[in-house]
Amino acid sequence: MTGTSGWVADGRTGPTGTPLIRSPRDLEEARKRFLASYQAVQKYISVCGGTGCRGGGCLAVAQAIRDVVREEGLEQTLPVRLTGCHGFCERGPIVVIYPQKIFYQQVKPIHARKIVTRSAVAGEVLEDLLYKAPDTKEAIPHEEDIPFYRKQMRLVFGRNGAIDPENIEDYIALGGYSALVKALFSMQPDEIIEEVKRSGLRGRGGGGFPTGRKWASMKKAPSPDGRRFVICNADEGDPGAFMDRSLIEGNPHSVIEGMIIGAYAMGATAGYVYIRREYPLALQTLTTALRQAREYGFLGQDILGSGFSFDIGINRGGGAFVCGESTALMASMEGKVGEPRPKYVHTVEKGLWDRPTCLNNVETWANVPLIIARGADWYAGIGTDKSKGTKIFSLVGKVNNTGLIEVPMGITLREVIFEIGGGIQKGRRFKAVQTGGPSGGVIPESLLDLPVDFDRLTEVGSMMGSGGMIVMDDRTCMVDVARYFLQFLTEESCGKCVPCREGVRRVKEIVERICRGEGRMSDLRLIEEMAPEIADGSLCGLGQSAPNPVITSIRYFREEWEAHVRDRKCPAGVCKDLITYSIDPVKCTGCMACVKPCPQQCITGERKKPHVLDASRCIKCGACYEVCKYDAVLRQ
Amino acid sequence: MEAMNPTTPSGCLCEDVDPILDRYGRDQGLLVSILQDIQEKYRYLPKEALERVSAALDVPMAQVYAVATFFKAFSLKPRGRHVVQVCMGTACHVRGAPLIRDKLERDLGVKNGETAADLSVTLESVNCVGACALGPVVVLDDEVQGHVTLTKVDALVKKVRS
Ligand SMILES: Cc1cc2nc3c(=O)[nH]c(=O)nc-3n(C[C@H](O)[C@H](O)[C@H](O)COP(=O)(O)O)c2cc1C
Ligand code: FES
Repeated sequence: MTGTSGWVADGRTGPTGTPLIRSPRDLEEARKRFLASYQAVQKYISVCGGTGCRGGGCLAVAQAIRDVVREEGLEQTLPVRLTGCHGFCERGPIVVIYPQKIFYQQVKPIHARKIVTRSAVAGEVLEDLLYKAPDTKEAIPHEEDIPFYRKQMRLVFGRNGAIDPENIEDYIALGGYSALVKALFSMQPDEIIEEVKRSGLRGRGGGGFPTGRKWASMKKAPSPDGRRFVICNADEGDPGAFMDRSLIEGNPHSVIEGMIIGAYAMGATAGYVYIRREYPLALQTLTTALRQAREYGFLGQDILGSGFSFDIGINRGGGAFVCGESTALMASMEGKVGEPRPKYVHTVEKGLWDRPTCLNNVETWANVPLIIARGADWYAGIGTDKSKGTKIFSLVGKVNNTGLIEVPMGITLREVIFEIGGGIQKGRRFKAVQTGGPSGGVIPESLLDLPVDFDRLTEVGSMMGSGGMIVMDDRTCMVDVARYFLQFLTEESCGKCVPCREGVRRVKEIVERICRGEGRMSDLRLIEEMAPEIADGSLCGLGQSAPNPVITSIRYFREEWEAHVRDRKCPAGVCKDLITYSIDPVKCTGCMACVKPCPQQCITGERKKPHVLDASRCIKCGACYEVCKYDAVLRQ
Repeated sequence: MEAMNPTTPSGCLCEDVDPILDRYGRDQGLLVSILQDIQEKYRYLPKEALERVSAALDVPMAQVYAVATFFKAFSLKPRGRHVVQVCMGTACHVRGAPLIRDKLERDLGVKNGETAADLSVTLESVNCVGACALGPVVVLDDEVQGHVTLTKVDALVKKVRS
């Protein structure tokens, strides 16, 4: 697909010929045209095409809206843009009417007609599709007034709703690739590295390594044949995190622009994006974006006439968590098994094919054009002392407003969970928030006022990680969560280091035993003794941080562990072997709703009389619990 | 998604495999990508295809096998006409994914990670499909189903059976 402005149709160039834009002046001219055609369309309907909304059926909504637009003969005056993720996935599918920015949520195809005719054309605000504040029930028409968005600072993510990710001209119209021009034509490579250093940007892939420092080491490293690589880590293995995919799906050129700037600064000759196989939509968007970047002259030979040549290829991951680790990732790119290697020789010196290689995360790359365009001082003014800028989190689990949020570093967990997230689902009690994925830990209520920053999260035994924030309530069992991560890590350990392979497995077996009610009090001490051995005896971050989930769980929720061991009880009602289902005769209204779904037919009773559950035949499948509207099914 | 013919292919499969090898310039370094394309074609990696890859790239069968078994993307056994994936990521886990998986196992009559004997369906778990806000998530033939409940599983199973 090519742009909509008619640039290609002009016949000046074709996709296979010379690039469309060959100098900074070309770009500025093109930008004017693209902006004019972008702005000529004041009134349009934006439909969120992110993965969350797709799961909710947004493609059918977009189709229905397009159908009505066509039937009404409005194709020329009322475009429909399918954009990247708006972030508020919980409320999807999301539709926004421009220029008033009326925000409609949970839209269905049957709403298409009134959205087009009454809202977009006649200017009416459709009350029933607006977001309603949970407390006051007040309807909120504009995105920026919704509490979910109010505390956010959407620098990296901000343009997602405004551009069509499949159309490079939208990105250019809104200032895209101007940072690249600045870097190529008015900055020396070392100045760029210095700027990134001064900005304080730290890697968003988990470790938080200072990006500028990594770039400087890569710059210095010699290559025997001159080949040097930059790689974008889009493996996103942290279960519960999806910001990298949404960035690529919503604004791929910001990542590409960052990579070209980095490549120029570090003298790289080729770039790769290592992308997770579970992300077909991201792969498609990225493929299109790279093709357009090539057609328009931002990739390839002599970029914009600067003399710098560079291109980016795609490498699909094979589906292994450990391949997100730098050396394993590069091994897998060389066609080998994705096993990490010791890092006494750094990948910036000998990485892919033993050549100097700089690996950065998707979000890290996407921050680069912002820093170059607006300056290190501006960037360093956001955030805390040692964590600068913003961070995108996936706020998920038992929180009311799930979705993707971008917040300034230093915001507190309480603000994130209770103001942006709107508190816990169904008014239940907050118990913990998990950050850092399988390398991180659980953080209890007493630490809710902790500012979110790399070092503070590490201090409490967790870590920033790539940005998953999984909220847990009193129905989440912390022993089960620890068991879950140990299971995950056992499956994902590559098996090279014995302490990681065998040690994590042993801890998992112990925790499984505890979940079955066969634990001993000495088990907790044993786990705490094994943890440092596993961490110290492992080559890569997977093993080194593997004990974090279980150790933080024991540290902050010891009572719950003791309940499992000493009392053989699971207070949260999760561990199957420690719970029984029963029906509370006082709360049960006798509605019969639970009788039919029971696969064991072990619930009996008459209408309007309390039902009885025969626990001897119960398989604890949860069906009755799910359907009961009166909280009468007990899981204890 | 196009339903695959479940009959097991035979022969050296050169006709299918060679164009894939050529697409990647028979480059050893692109072994993972080559296997991915073969997997896409057959929805698993037939032994004959692996042997062909090994011979054509001059990579020992042991290495091809090591790569084919290391990565989750690959299956050495034929997969079903329908593929049901239950997300077992953290966000889905805390929202009840294990109960969803158990019910799918019971109702589909296949264990997690296995394929029905008649090749009608494969049930497998995945660690996060990136739709975490919609948890629990089930992916039925590449289509993401969000906010899955035990009640909704009945409808999914019906779809698979139809
Ligand atoms: C087991 C393991 C898995 C990892 N997975 C990812 C990942 O999925 N995405 C990512 O960007 N970084 C991941 N990392 C971190 C990378 O090794 C590396 O530090 C990062 O990509 C560097 O980029 P950054 O400095 O921009 O963060 C992982 C590390 C380990 C040890
Ligand atoms: S945890 Fe299930 S989709 Fe991410």
